[in-house]
Amino acid sequence: MPAVKETVETVRKIDVDQYKYGFVTEIESELAPKGLDEDIVRFISAKKNEPEWLLEWRLDAFRRWLTMQEPTWARVHYPKIDFQDLHYYAAPKKTPGPKSLDEVDPELLRTYEKLGIPLREREILAGVEPQNRVAVDAVFDSVSVVTTFKEELAKAGVIFCAISEAVHTHPELVRQYLGTVVPTTDNFYATLNSAVFSDGSFVYIPPGVKCPMELSTYFRINEQKTGQFERTLIIADKGSYVSYLEGCTAPKRDEAQLHAAVVELIALDDAEIKYSTVQNWYPGDKDGKGGIYNFVTKRGDCRGARSKISWTQVETGSAITWKYPSCILRGEGSSGEFYSIAISNGMQQVDSGTKMIHLGKNTTSKILAKGIAAGRSDNTYRGQVSAHRKATGARNFTNCDSLLIGQQCGAHTIPYIESKNSSAVFEHEATTSKIAEDQLFYCMQRGLDEEEAVALIVNGFVKEVLQQLPMEFAVEAQKLIAVSLEGSVG
Amino acid sequence: MANPVVIMRTPAETAFIERFAAEKAALPGAAEARAEAFARFEARGLPSKRIESYHYTDLRNLMRAMAPAAKDAVAGETMALDGFARHGFSNGRWQGGDSSAGVTVEPLADAYRAGSRPGLGMGQASDIIVDLNTAFARDGVVIRVAAGRHAKLHLAFSENVAAAASILPRVIVEAGEGASLLLVSTHEGTDGIAYQVNEVLELRLGRQAKVEHIRLNRSGDKAMVLSNVAATLAEEAELQTMQIALGGEVCRHQVFVTYQGENAKAAIRGATLLKGNQHHDSTLVVDHAVPHGESRELFRTVVDGSAQGVFQGKIIVRPHAQKTDGQMASNALLLSDDAGMSNKPELEIFADDVVCAHGATCGALDENQLFYLQARGLPRRIAEALLVEAFVGEVLDTVSEEALREILAGLVSGWMWERSVAG
Repeated sequence: MPAVKETVETVRKIDVDQYKYGFVTEIESELAPKGLDEDIVRFISAKKNEPEWLLEWRLDAFRRWLTMQEPTWARVHYPKIDFQDLHYYAAPKKTPGPKSLDEVDPELLRTYEKLGIPLREREILAGVEPQNRVAVDAVFDSVSVVTTFKEELAKAGVIFCAISEAVHTHPELVRQYLGTVVPTTDNFYATLNSAVFSDGSFVYIPPGVKCPMELSTYFRINEQKTGQFERTLIIADKGSYVSYLEGCTAPKRDEAQLHAAVVELIALDDAEIKYSTVQNWYPGDKDGKGGIYNFVTKRGDCRGARSKISWTQVETGSAITWKYPSCILRGEGSSGEFYSIAISNGMQQVDSGTKMIHLGKNTTSKILAKGIAAGRSDNTYRGQVSAHRKATGARNFTNCDSLLIGQQCGAHTIPYIESKNSSAVFEHEATTSKIAEDQLFYCMQRGLDEEEAVALIVNGFVKEVLQQLPMEFAVEAQKLIAVSLEGSVG
Repeated sequence: MANPVVIMRTPAETAFIERFAAEKAALPGAAEARAEAFARFEARGLPSKRIESYHYTDLRNLMRAMAPAAKDAVAGETMALDGFARHGFSNGRWQGGDSSAGVTVEPLADAYRAGSRPGLGMGQASDIIVDLNTAFARDGVVIRVAAGRHAKLHLAFSENVAAAASILPRVIVEAGEGASLLLVSTHEGTDGIAYQVNEVLELRLGRQAKVEHIRLNRSGDKAMVLSNVAATLAEEAELQTMQIALGGEVCRHQVFVTYQGENAKAAIRGATLLKGNQHHDSTLVVDHAVPHGESRELFRTVVDGSAQGVFQGKIIVRPHAQKTDGQMASNALLLSDDAGMSNKPELEIFADDVVCAHGATCGALDENQLFYLQARGLPRRIAEALLVEAFVGEVLDTVSEEALREILAGLVSGWMWERSVAG
């Protein structure tokens, strides 16, 4: 089992300083003044040279946001966020839309290299087999720095670019779909995002096209005292398929930073979207100082018949996670899947889960959630499964398991299962346990030390979810799990 | 920044506030507990669906008005149980009862005046419905079962009102060390009248005490019934509490169990049969505050017509409550297209060496099973009745007394029979 060996080796190599992406890139940035008012919204819109309708859309969202209250129902605790003490726009200077990689600040390229994300197509081609290529959209603070493999994707008719660019090159698509899954009125953070969103990825797969490579976005928060608000919009037209990966990291900072993203997925008839996330924002130090507040709204709309949306997430970072990737199963026979591993250590707080909203006939959904709590963290699974009156023949299966490591952590499960249709069949099961002594003993008797044994057992616990990840990510995620649990034993 | 939301008082809330001001001085004893409980109500008002634990039962909306206090009424017909010491309650007021060895029964007002305190059964839990009862309750009894004694009691509540009225009784049961008690409470009431019941049963189980409690809800078809069981378990105590719910229009049955001693066990069960536009909510909070506790929850809900069923179960395992074993299951059968069911089984766990699990299912009767029975010559309605009786039977089977089990099973069959005649 080379993967297991790799995990064990990774654990061994790690020093006390666990978060290896905590470095800061010294790069000159352009910041919007601190604070939030209509002028800032106009400033962001002007920076992106946006059309009038989008500015109006933002302003409308902003005015609504002023009347909204911060939600408090999640099982997370944090000091009140001062929304006026943040920069709502930060961009690396000298990069007003680079034409080619040569124009990109070398400091930036080095950052992504350090993160292990190759942005030069040549290098990628040299080192990796062609079928494993991944097109990357790199987002640094508020702007998209570069998108690779654009031309090759264009040949297949796939549009993959920064959303700020799509607003200009494909305004009709953006206008038709933006905000139709997560409306500007949706919730406090989604509304805030609608007003001030900076950049993010835009993907359109034309009818009948299977996207020739994996698409991915790497988000990096670098600047101090900034909030990152990216917006991703993915449209899979009839009969198409796309697999999309998302990764995120941030430097170590003493104060907490806000990240409020919105992701909208739209699948038309017979289309399939697979969305995978490896979330590794800076989790704060061992006393809970600093870290990212990850308040994200992710929702997929299975609009067409027999469409499918599948979410896979590995959550290891962030001081606070508040995130429920959801599926609206509107199309007849559509299906939604949610696979999740949420690991919390130190003082992290996770309140995450999913929503499966069955509206159409014969819709199916599956939820597999694994929560692992260590240190002094709190890990909550919160999931909703509902069947509308007309959702005849809806089916759901939910399985959520929690594992506790240590005596000071908490693991909670809060499912909401609502059925308004008698032919809907919903099943839910959940368990909470600790690593069995006999399993540990067995492993240690065969020569593993305790930490290695824990990593091995945990990897077995989450295996079902890891199998859903694309190959490149699965290895990375496995390493991440070992890293996140470092220091949790003993 | 955001406009603060100003909560307007509803007519019911205003009426409660006025009533408390008017009655306060005349309420018997427990003045401090009453004032504290009412202050909590005054601060928070009736819980709306914005309050997490009332999401599916929007009490603020459902309880539009507060009915005036019920007048003393003539005791109505209530069911009789052989072999039980019977205590009758008319509109919440104790009418006296059979004496039984080792059991003392004292009117609530006397016990309060003598220094008994309400609310000890709640442990760390707090709830607005219970608070309202604490503030207003003047009727009820305190039952004490002496150490090592065995008793069988039947509390027969009849709600006999001619117009809307509110009934707020409280029963406190103290089971001494090693005592064992089979406690049946039956609730029957007038159909067609929108009366309101808010009743609290506190069960305080001493060391090694055993209590088996069965509540039968056959309240009037327009009644709003808020019933609460608040139990504390000392070392090695064993509690079984079950509700069979058939009546009422809007019902919420809450069970709070707090483990105070190690190696205690509790089993909380429910069989709920709903039709028409009934709404029934079963809400549990099981608080494992000490190590080595065991809890079992099993709820079966059958929903017909356009009725709505709710199950909310929360198992809390506090830090250091190691070796807790909690298993919770809620299963629902939807018999009609308009029926609805919401399940929220929750686990809140702060200790690592525990085994906790919950399961929830919701669906229609299995067509294959129906087909099997129909192929053997049974009409569809009878086949449905058989399957439903078997489904609910798993809960009823746990009743220790056979005669009682048969009476309850008879009620379930009757409910299904009525349905097949109507259909």
